[in-house]
Amino acid sequence: MLKLRDGIVELYRKVATSLPPDVEDALKAAYASEKKGSNAKQALEVILENIRLARDTARPICQDTGVPVFYVKTPIGLSQLELENTIIEATRLATEKIPLRPNAVDIITEKNSGDNTGLGFPVIYISETLSSTLTIDLMLKGGGCENIGQIYKLPVEELKADRDLDGVKKCILDCVHKAQGKGCPPYTLGIGIGAAKDQVTKLAKQQLMRRLSDVNESELLFKLEKKLLHDINSLGIGPLGFGGKNTALGVKIGINHRHPASYFIDISVSCWANRRGRLIW
Amino acid sequence: MVEQLSAISYQLSGKKAKKINLPLIKKEVLKLKVGDVVLINGLIVTGRDKIHKFLASEKLSKKEILFDLNGAILYHCGPVVKEVSGEYKVIAAGPTTSIRVEIYEHKIISNYGIKGIMGKGGMGEHTLKAMKEKGCVYFHAIGGAAAYLADRIKRVAGVWKLEEFGMTEAMWLLEVEDFPAIVTMDAHGKSLHKEIEKRSYSNLKKLL
Repeated sequence: MLKLRDGIVELYRKVATSLPPDVEDALKAAYASEKKGSNAKQALEVILENIRLARDTARPICQDTGVPVFYVKTPIGLSQLELENTIIEATRLATEKIPLRPNAVDIITEKNSGDNTGLGFPVIYISETLSSTLTIDLMLKGGGCENIGQIYKLPVEELKADRDLDGVKKCILDCVHKAQGKGCPPYTLGIGIGAAKDQVTKLAKQQLMRRLSDVNESELLFKLEKKLLHDINSLGIGPLGFGGKNTALGVKIGINHRHPASYFIDISVSCWANRRGRLIW
Repeated sequence: MVEQLSAISYQLSGKKAKKINLPLIKKEVLKLKVGDVVLINGLIVTGRDKIHKFLASEKLSKKEILFDLNGAILYHCGPVVKEVSGEYKVIAAGPTTSIRVEIYEHKIISNYGIKGIMGKGGMGEHTLKAMKEKGCVYFHAIGGAAAYLADRIKRVAGVWKLEEFGMTEAMWLLEVEDFPAIVTMDAHGKSLHKEIEKRSYSNLKKLL
């Protein structure tokens, strides 16, 4: 477990200091498409330079190194408890070594734990699989973009949103409009639809782990993702809310079956710095 | 190399940046307009949720505050700072979302003589009104560009409330050099955020 611990520290370092290539490429394309001399283009230029600088000097891309969220797939028989302890230990080490910003604040005392560990911190989801390899996915989820996420319950009268996929679309557009530039666009949006509130929230955030280029298993949802991306970018909010063509880089939808009475949509928003990575053990 | 790239940056974007030297005076503040690209030089202070709540609720006298806030820029930022052989070094220092302190900011602008607010995402009506009354502007820093912006910080000149509030929430006094930002709310009541909100709302209406 010691080696694994160090592996997780390195995963932290990679995720905090470099962006996945698909996200960086999307930001480059966004930069190319914005008008010369615009605030949007200038902002993207600084963003791209910052990505390069952070990677070259192994410093965090953003000072908000977020809430660490782990999605772990284990082979049968691996101790879940031991794994959780190893992740927590690695979190303490990574906070000091990289360094990460300590973000875990006690609700009662208002004290920061100083090492990014605490009640429910980091977030860890573990599931067992038939595969013989251990896969650890890590997302560093910033607070600014977490704050602009929304949950909707269809129907929504003021949006004329019915209990169908067209209603889903309207809620997502409303969410982005309400967010404006507050969560550092261009955004990536993770959407979860289903019956139970807690489940759709988890599902939504999990969508942010998908590559921008991946193709939704459902052709209908794939088309909806594309249409939504197009519509969001026609809002004109633009990079950092300065106005422009690029308000989002991607939209990813995940679904569960719903209850006849319930139609929940959770929208989890990532800032442009969609920091995610994988360790295979 | 960073300096070089920055120069290229401003050439490419085709916009001339205005140099700003701190502390700010009202006359200079009134000249700044929405859309201006600026390069800030001098001493700025950081402050986020806890500092705002504290300053807004306590109504402190000048003597009780460690730094002179008159003409200062208050930067919404919770930096990553490392102590290396007794000296503080800023590792990452991008802006945090400003709207969270909307309920406090107008009091802080009115009570402490602050002439510039810096953050990201813009602020609301209360702040805009106080800015117009007192002569203050909002500088929008580049959200997430933490390494780039940390390199614009030449020195940590002091820190206040570190023990009580912790690294993220403390007030850091930082000396910056050519720190880039864009004016998005000015002292004449104009706000880019309001304009974009309005425009995007009419686009949204077409889609609903």
